[in-house]
Amino acid sequence: MSELRELYQTMILDHYKRPRNRGRPEAADRRAAGDNPLCGDKVTVFARVKDGVVTDVGFEGSGCAISTASASLMTESVKGRRVEEVAKLFDRFHEVVTGASEPGSDLGKLTVFVGVREFPMRVKCATLAWHTLRAALEGGGAVSTE
Amino acid sequence: MSARRDAPYDVERVRKDFPILQRSMRGKPLVYLDTAASAQKPQAVIDAIVDLYSKHYANIHRGLYELSETSTRLFDEAREKVRRLLGAADAREIVFTRNATEAINLVAASFGRTHVGPGDEVLITHLEHHANIVPWQQLCLEKDARLRVAPVSDAGELRLEELERMISPRTKLVALAHVSNALGTINPVREVVALARAHGVPVLVDGAQAVPRFPVDVRALGCDFYVFSGHKLYGPTGIGALWARAEHLEAMPPYQTGGDMISSVSFEKTTWNKIPHKFEAGTPDIAGAVGLGAAIDYVSALGLERIARHEDDLLAHGTRLLGEIPEVRIVGTARRKAGVLSFVVEGVHPHDVGTILDQEGIAIRAGHHCAQPLMDRLGLPATARASLGLYNRSEDLERLATGLRKVVEMFR
Repeated sequence: MSELRELYQTMILDHYKRPRNRGRPEAADRRAAGDNPLCGDKVTVFARVKDGVVTDVGFEGSGCAISTASASLMTESVKGRRVEEVAKLFDRFHEVVTGASEPGSDLGKLTVFVGVREFPMRVKCATLAWHTLRAALEGGGAVSTE
Repeated sequence: MSARRDAPYDVERVRKDFPILQRSMRGKPLVYLDTAASAQKPQAVIDAIVDLYSKHYANIHRGLYELSETSTRLFDEAREKVRRLLGAADAREIVFTRNATEAINLVAASFGRTHVGPGDEVLITHLEHHANIVPWQQLCLEKDARLRVAPVSDAGELRLEELERMISPRTKLVALAHVSNALGTINPVREVVALARAHGVPVLVDGAQAVPRFPVDVRALGCDFYVFSGHKLYGPTGIGALWARAEHLEAMPPYQTGGDMISSVSFEKTTWNKIPHKFEAGTPDIAGAVGLGAAIDYVSALGLERIARHEDDLLAHGTRLLGEIPEVRIVGTARRKAGVLSFVVEGVHPHDVGTILDQEGIAIRAGHHCAQPLMDRLGLPATARASLGLYNRSEDLERLATGLRKVVEMFR
């Protein structure tokens, strides 16, 4: 059960049960929708960008514990960052959940997703919200992890 | 294996026929509960394929040497086995396809394009697999026809009186599943056929989930088309079959063209081969057909009636065990069900249920089960689905129940 405990860490379960930044921020000027047809997860990510900085971000949708917690923790991690920093953070996050590199302090709370690397089928769950955020920041549209 | 029909079902003996069930999964005995997606293969099927390639293989038809003769005979025998399995009148009514999906596409492209025109209707049900939705939807788009959908109840039962009301002079075909892959509901096919035929409407039955689970007799059902996949019947992937009444096949244009399906070819004109060959262009999946024949021999020797009783007992046992877990809700509570136990766990996404059970060596499926309209109808993004095969035992369901208690515990 240890790999499972690593995957379903307390913080992940907490963010699954009580997601932060749920909903559409009033001043949002970017949005994109994403889905994972494999498991039916759907997410819409909203963002407000001012002078190249993500000043507000939120999400709507339903999904598994990993995708919901990932969306929730993502919103906390990117708020206040510059758009290009967000892109770099996603790259790092992606490397860590696929096992391509080791987590470091630069990821902050996002290191709780390190357990995903033992579950390759769940990488899409962990990255769905991130792919969708990137689409929103790049001009919106729809993304699919399939 | 060829036990008497009334002898008790010896599941432990049956399990020995399936090499994959001897392996462990994550340090625990494998509990395979995903037979509705694809069945595991008995040694007899594996041997039949190895045997063909090792001793008898050559291309079929027209070879003037012994290997081709033997290959052709084995291929023809497989067709005869499918005929017997379905209770069809004539082996000429059996067309080999890649799977049930291709068989439905064949009917949509050939029969459908001939008979469905602007303003016409094709009637399906709300619990169909995408394979029995999308080909009809595309046909209707192409022909400016209308796809109509007979509703199901919250329990997942077809509302027959609604279906009856939806049959009109414009209805050109009714297509429905014999057994729902997502919920296990057994549709009242005989009644649907009676209603449709009263209006002169032909009926296609998707038997992918039925053929492996209980005896099917297409003549008793009275339908016009019946399709299934070999890989769900403990046979190899890449082979399936369409049964259609000979008069339909005779009248239908070819689905694909090329070698083998012709009688003569010149640059000016081609004439079609006789049925079923008219619908089998190119070299078919010879080993697939032979493997399917071996799978049919295998289930026939066990007896599909006995398999049905065994799976019914397991389904009742599983339903009881899951019913004892307050956080688990069974989805699909039709009075007549076969082989499928769909459920949701309160506060836990089916995908997470699947991952946690996998760690326990239990293989189930989580998702929309290629039945998104049905999931929408039930107001669920997905369910977890345990499905049964002839090799499952009570212990498998007990392990499932124990695993689900762990899921509940983990998310508490």
